[in-house]
Amino acid sequence: MKSGFTNGGIRTAALSVGAAVAIAFVVLTFAVVAKAKPESDEPQYLSPYLMVASPDGRWLYVACERSNELRVVDVSAGKVVKSLAVGRVPRGVALSADGRQVYVTNTWDDTVSVIDTTSLKVTRTLATGFEPTGVAVDKPGKTLYVANRLSNDISVIDLASGQETKRLLAGRGASYLALSTDGKRLYCTHIYPKIGKVHRTPPESEITVIDTVRQSVIDRQPLHNVAGVFQLAISSDGKLGVAPQIRPKNLVPLAHVEHGWAFGDSLALFGEDVGGGVVQVPIDELDRYFAMPFAAAITPDKSKLYVSTAGSESVTVIDLPKLVAFARAATSSSVNDLSASANYVTARIAVGMNPRGLVLSGDGKRLFVANRMDDSISVIDTVGDQVVASIDLGGRKDLNSLRRGERLFYTARYAFQGQFSCANCHLDATFDSLQWDLEPDGFGVDIVDNRSIEDLSGTEPFKWNGGNPNMATECGPRTEKYFYRSQSYTSAELADLVSYIMALPLRPNRYRLPAGELTTAQERGKAIFERKVNKFGKAIPESNQCAYCHSGPKYTNQKLADVGTGKKSDRSPLVDVPQLTNVAYSGPYLHDGSARSMEEIWTIFNPNDTHGFTNDLTKDELNDLIEYLRTL
Amino acid sequence: MKRASALTLFVLMAIAAFAGTPDMPRFRFENFTTANGLPDNHVFTVLVDGDRVWAGTENGLALYEAGKWKVFTPADGLAHRAVLSLALDKSTGDLWVGTMGGLSHISAGRIDTYTQLNSGLSNDVVYGVGVQGEYVWTATAAGASRLNTRTGEWSLFNERNAPMDEIWAYAVSTGADKVYYAVWGGGVLEYTLATGRWKNYTDPDGENELVLFKDQGLIHKITTSVSYVDNVLWVATYFGDSHYDGRNWHNFMAKDSGLPSNFTNQVKGLDATRAWFSTDKGLAYYDGVNWAVYRPALDTGKPEMYVRDAAGTITPVAVETAPAHNYILAVDFQGDDIWVATAKGLSHGIRQK
Repeated sequence: MKSGFTNGGIRTAALSVGAAVAIAFVVLTFAVVAKAKPESDEPQYLSPYLMVASPDGRWLYVACERSNELRVVDVSAGKVVKSLAVGRVPRGVALSADGRQVYVTNTWDDTVSVIDTTSLKVTRTLATGFEPTGVAVDKPGKTLYVANRLSNDISVIDLASGQETKRLLAGRGASYLALSTDGKRLYCTHIYPKIGKVHRTPPESEITVIDTVRQSVIDRQPLHNVAGVFQLAISSDGKLGVAPQIRPKNLVPLAHVEHGWAFGDSLALFGEDVGGGVVQVPIDELDRYFAMPFAAAITPDKSKLYVSTAGSESVTVIDLPKLVAFARAATSSSVNDLSASANYVTARIAVGMNPRGLVLSGDGKRLFVANRMDDSISVIDTVGDQVVASIDLGGRKDLNSLRRGERLFYTARYAFQGQFSCANCHLDATFDSLQWDLEPDGFGVDIVDNRSIEDLSGTEPFKWNGGNPNMATECGPRTEKYFYRSQSYTSAELADLVSYIMALPLRPNRYRLPAGELTTAQERGKAIFERKVNKFGKAIPESNQCAYCHSGPKYTNQKLADVGTGKKSDRSPLVDVPQLTNVAYSGPYLHDGSARSMEEIWTIFNPNDTHGFTNDLTKDELNDLIEYLRTL
Repeated sequence: MKRASALTLFVLMAIAAFAGTPDMPRFRFENFTTANGLPDNHVFTVLVDGDRVWAGTENGLALYEAGKWKVFTPADGLAHRAVLSLALDKSTGDLWVGTMGGLSHISAGRIDTYTQLNSGLSNDVVYGVGVQGEYVWTATAAGASRLNTRTGEWSLFNERNAPMDEIWAYAVSTGADKVYYAVWGGGVLEYTLATGRWKNYTDPDGENELVLFKDQGLIHKITTSVSYVDNVLWVATYFGDSHYDGRNWHNFMAKDSGLPSNFTNQVKGLDATRAWFSTDKGLAYYDGVNWAVYRPALDTGKPEMYVRDAAGTITPVAVETAPAHNYILAVDFQGDDIWVATAKGLSHGIRQK
């Protein structure tokens, strides 16, 4: 009894401190937001993402996701000569073979802007799938290919009519494309692993290979134990492909970060040069990591390979013949020995913050690096492998709290040996579709699915067990102690990081009709979601009504609930009621990711009607409910 | 009596020989069984994709390519070993596979599976599948399902929202403007894309399972197969077959046509006038006037082909090969060749003339 009282006292005290911290945090956040408001009229940050060079090398076309622009850079003058407004959050960019058309993907608008390079005006806007990211145009300039991140496919668009003619099935989170030099093959990578048939099995990804003559997928190169594959490159002779990727270690407890990698930063090599299959090789070193390899560029003579490592603010330089020789001699298709990189990595070039897109000049003598968090382009002399110039893209120069927080989110410099950043698990500030065994819970218990971090305000507490009352706790001591095992954030840094995360917006919902109205199926689903009486005419207990727990603007009552989905390995059956905003994007589901689809939440994991009263529903009614949930 | 009938048949055949037998397709059949690569002799369906041939068997999906068979099973990710239906998305080259345990999507070697538990599919027993643009339609043991492959939305059609007296949907045929379902006990259902509305075709008076007067309507409402081609609907039942041009019905029964049996597992229209019929007593071809039947003879098992002309004259054609068995379940075409799914193997009919 005494012991219980004492514990209660400690808990009360802890809560009081927590409450004080939370209040202070709210005040701080409000102050940041309030301060940020008048700054909105000032120049915006740009956040250059991917870019492409004109055939003569004179111009660089840079997609700037933050400012919703395409910026045109005069390479010789080293300055921006034109800024064009495109759609929302542009990321991908491609140029027609004749250099007359630029195509920019507007990820939030589900469109591609077509820009005439002579007039530098947007001449057409083409419809795509959900969240178009990578884009490529075939050699004749007749067909456009667009990788759609949220519909997991590739739009094939006839440029004469501007109409999409077909969709090709790609990997989950299809994002990046690369066309072979001869134009016959197109390669696509994706950022989320396939949801496995069996819970807690190694993540599987693929490189999707498309025949551009047949306009169909002809091969899928498997990438075992890979989750997150980015902007790939194809050698000029078409015999080698290189895809930057990350390999997570999510099936074992995330413990002893200092004794081994949580993520391996590596490359998938494929093509004739490596025997036709795939060989995965690391770019990390035994005691230093080069987090989030994002884009690859191969010199025309195949002497060098450059890889931007977005989390470590650097470009990795690789002796390509040595790499190929190493890969051909490898006895395993997945090389895990981090010392291997010494065989082929020749330099690490420091560049700006969060380097993303790479472009090599036609002669291979200059490498351009888009520094997403610096709004600049680093120019690297590929003979000496040194930065020789920096091109200022313009935009806002001072760093406000959100921008500082964004930089913190994407950098791996705080983690032990630079192993990873927040963005490793929250790819482009989303999620990674993986389930993790985090150490603070104890080994082998409380397996948790990575949750989306869009539009978090009003969804506290955080963690699946609701253990973190606010984001400062989530990103502060917890991150420092259990994840980074290294440098702590200062109070100011923590406030910046938290303000950035809490300000992350909700991506557009693709399942709502343009005017926001519901389809008839969605209307029927809404009625099921809000019902209080089951089909037998009996009242459903309030606590078992969908809309009771999933209430409020974010569809969470911010409380804990036991919905019968706990596993033996869970310390408690109580789970934080998750928000449902954009729930369609973030599968798998349930706290441990055991439901591969929304359907399985109820068809498999709700046998006793403890997670809402659903077993009276017919199959089509369950489909209606899901159609409604997808609109939230 | 028997002797008289035989005599009559002989006379008719002689007359036909004198008058000239209609020139019907002839084939040399090469048969595949477990002895030469098939995973099972029970072949439920067959689909031709260029040089490749897919066979849905009771024990896996078999792909014939470059003279070799490759077999896909649940170990490869297939929904179930018993493969009932196949549909090709011609725009992408992807294959949709209806099985006894769900619907599988095969794309360049990758297999994704939809079941009644992990998706909105109405039922795991997928008797029929068809592709129509971005939609995949399935005929299941619990009604019709439609998957929008671009949005992932599933729409189910059953007794609650369609004139589906029974929900045992047995086959589906898709066209650019319409989708047809053969519903066991429910006749034929027609879905018009432009309006999103359903219409059903059953016996005309609504009181019987079968049509009472020839060509008055659908021959029987226990339907097994539909084929919509050139704006004409072909329907198979276990009690004869029907042809509907949107205005007039024309029915075929063994007693008044060249059908070897009323028990028809599948009908596949080539165009508005020509069709192939897979029956329990052989494979039949109708060219709009004449009929041809291909099978192992029901009594001797020897290869048999005969032609029935418009006058009803039956003429045997000497052949050395026949489909693997007289119980035919499905056909598909490879140029002038035909592939035939039977109860005891898969047959490749190589066109001779």
